[in-house]
Amino acid sequence: MLLALRRRAEIVNPLLFFVLVTTLFPLGIGDNPSVLKIAGPGVIWVAALLSALLCLDGMFRSDFEDGSLEQLMLSPHPVSLLVIAKITGHWLVTGLPLLIVAPLLGILLSLPGKAIGVLLVTLLLGTPVLSLIGAVGVALTVGLRRGGIILSLLVLPLYVPVLIFASTAVDAAAAGIAVTAQLYMLGAILVLAFSLAPLATAASLRISLS
Amino acid sequence: MFVRSLNKLASPRYFYILAGRLVPWIGVVCVVLVLIGLYWGLVIAPADYQQGDSYRIIFIHVPSAWMSLFIYMVMAVCSAIGLIWHIKLAEVVAISSAPIGASFTFLALATGSLWGKPMWGTWWVWDARLTSELLLLFLYFGVIALYNAIEDKRVASRAAGILAIVGVVNIPIIHYSVQWWNTLHQGPTVTKFDTPSIDISMLIPLLIMAVAFKLYYVVLVLMRSRREMLLRERNTKWVQDLVEVQ
Repeated sequence: MLLALRRRAEIVNPLLFFVLVTTLFPLGIGDNPSVLKIAGPGVIWVAALLSALLCLDGMFRSDFEDGSLEQLMLSPHPVSLLVIAKITGHWLVTGLPLLIVAPLLGILLSLPGKAIGVLLVTLLLGTPVLSLIGAVGVALTVGLRRGGIILSLLVLPLYVPVLIFASTAVDAAAAGIAVTAQLYMLGAILVLAFSLAPLATAASLRISLS
Repeated sequence: MFVRSLNKLASPRYFYILAGRLVPWIGVVCVVLVLIGLYWGLVIAPADYQQGDSYRIIFIHVPSAWMSLFIYMVMAVCSAIGLIWHIKLAEVVAISSAPIGASFTFLALATGSLWGKPMWGTWWVWDARLTSELLLLFLYFGVIALYNAIEDKRVASRAAGILAIVGVVNIPIIHYSVQWWNTLHQGPTVTKFDTPSIDISMLIPLLIMAVAFKLYYVVLVLMRSRREMLLRERNTKWVQDLVEVQ
């Protein structure tokens, strides 16, 4: 975490990527506000997904390269707990900053104010899930030389439920419909991911390092 | 007694010989069933009152869709067995199933889109079941890609096994999230808890085809597992003996 904070570029780059992808969409599909309003939630969430994917690879990479991952494995504490710590640190550096720029992007895509609030809540609930599920994928591919492409192949299908619930929630909020159902589902997914993903990650790390 | 025979069955050498004996028999039964099922389905079964003759693709489409899910479950269960008890055979069966399952998933998607063209007027819709089937295909691809990417095959099959199990936890979530998102697909006609809404004259050939597909999978998985087993065990004594005998 501290290391990541010292290397500012690693935080800023995914953020810039997030903003850039989102600005590409209006350029691609035209600047009609009504079209943007429909596409907006999906666009922001797809961009968030991609930028989360982009920085996943760094979660265990440097630890793997300098051998501290193996030290973690040897420590007396349960590996899944250590994994939770790693994931939390990673999310604070990569997931949380997305929340800060997201309102800005919402305004750029002419989302109504209420929808932006819901967008923030979905990001708050959804991005930890992305980190948690992503951790399993990273742990499985950490020993590979060209893990990046395979990582996206492994992880993206698993991201679909988050994407669906989050973007429909923002859509519904923009249309003025209640969104509690989607938010509860997102919360449930978060709890499930939080309880299962660290175990799977720990098991995968053991296999990758064996 | 039972455990011992099970252990014997799971040993690579015994499995290799037994599977080699079983394959031709199951293969013959499978071919016969396919012929019966196809003839019954395509010629004897009556045309649908709404969809005419084009519904007949159901006899390929539905069994392959069932198989796509069934094989994923087999793969995940075998991976779990392989991970927990370190049984080589389970790992081999799991990884040999993946490409077959992917092919069935692709077949279900392809026949479904051929069916969708005359019925819904479009090749593809972003419908719940179609989308979750497509995502299932991606999950299969992920397992295959991960397995191929890791050099050491024992490590590879354990890593792919974990991925398969993670996928199994996710399949229901993906399925229901997508269903909630959008659906146009016709409801299930066979597996409803009350009497099936499909007519018995269409149901029988459908079930025959389903059994035939299942046997086809068994034949394929046995053949692929034998090959994979030989590759992995190529430095052991029994494989060397086998080569010398031939």
